[in-house]
Amino acid sequence: MHIAEGYLPPLHAVAWTVAAAPFVVHGARAVVRQLRTDPESKLLLGAAGAFSFVLSALKIPSVTGSCSHPTGTGLGAVLFRPPVMALLGTIVLFFQATLLAHGGLTTLGANAFSMAVAGPWVAYGVYRLARRLGGGLALGVFLAAALGDLATYCVTSVQLALAFPDAASGVLGAVVKFGSIFAITQIPLAISEGLLTVLIVRLLTRVSPAELTRLGLLRPAPGKEIAA
Amino acid sequence: MKRATLVNWLLVLAVVTIAAVPLVFIGGEFGGADGIAAERIAADHPDYRPWASALFEPSAEVASGLFALQAALGAGFLGYYFGVVRTKRRLRRESDAPDGEG
Repeated sequence: MHIAEGYLPPLHAVAWTVAAAPFVVHGARAVVRQLRTDPESKLLLGAAGAFSFVLSALKIPSVTGSCSHPTGTGLGAVLFRPPVMALLGTIVLFFQATLLAHGGLTTLGANAFSMAVAGPWVAYGVYRLARRLGGGLALGVFLAAALGDLATYCVTSVQLALAFPDAASGVLGAVVKFGSIFAITQIPLAISEGLLTVLIVRLLTRVSPAELTRLGLLRPAPGKEIAA
Repeated sequence: MKRATLVNWLLVLAVVTIAAVPLVFIGGEFGGADGIAAERIAADHPDYRPWASALFEPSAEVASGLFALQAALGAGFLGYYFGVVRTKRRLRRESDAPDGEG
């Protein structure tokens, strides 16, 4: 769930847009570079974007009695590194803001910062850390997708808290307030997103192991044929 | 059923369960979390007026269709991807020529 149109004061809206813009521009260049240096990954790149498209359309009921949706950005962040998702995630947000009245153009910068920048970077960091600590591919992908999803909504809560501090308890109190709306709702959804991302990676491992090896997710197995 | 396939189906089952449990066991409006946040802002900051509104605001019915369209586009492309990759793999295996790479 994104910050609705007009629900950030102009100053905040501009500031978050300025903060997100360099990431998105850098992301666009990263996508171009990816396609130029590795044209064969075009389809998989599209699939990563498509995954985010599907997941962010699915509004899922949660334990708080309200609905939210996953982000689907963890998969692309793990496969292609986070900058690529800065562009793809922003495209998803733009689609939802213009056609679905979900999110908004004035809040596009803030929403892009949370979903297309912060979420993917957290996902990528968690993935690298989990693998370095000896975690397997599935565990790394699960934690990356789940925590990246959760981080997105924590950032959303902070963004709203900065714009609307609580009269009594200030910004921190507002973080708790918005966190209880967004982050708690998101916990089961984050788990779902983790599981679905693991599912997709398992399917990818089966049908395109060569591609995952090239992207560094799988180690080249000496005994197994990779691309006969 | 192969073990890998079974695990995949269990993953799907787990996701469905996580979504279904709140619906069955927890009462609620299941409105959007963003709408609830907007309500809280309106309640706690009554002087704040949203200064922009969506250029195009579809009715609830139309919006649900557009959300379905979004999911369909994404799922359609994912299906296309897996179809292409599987077919490529099978053809490669069938031809099995030494120069079959690419």
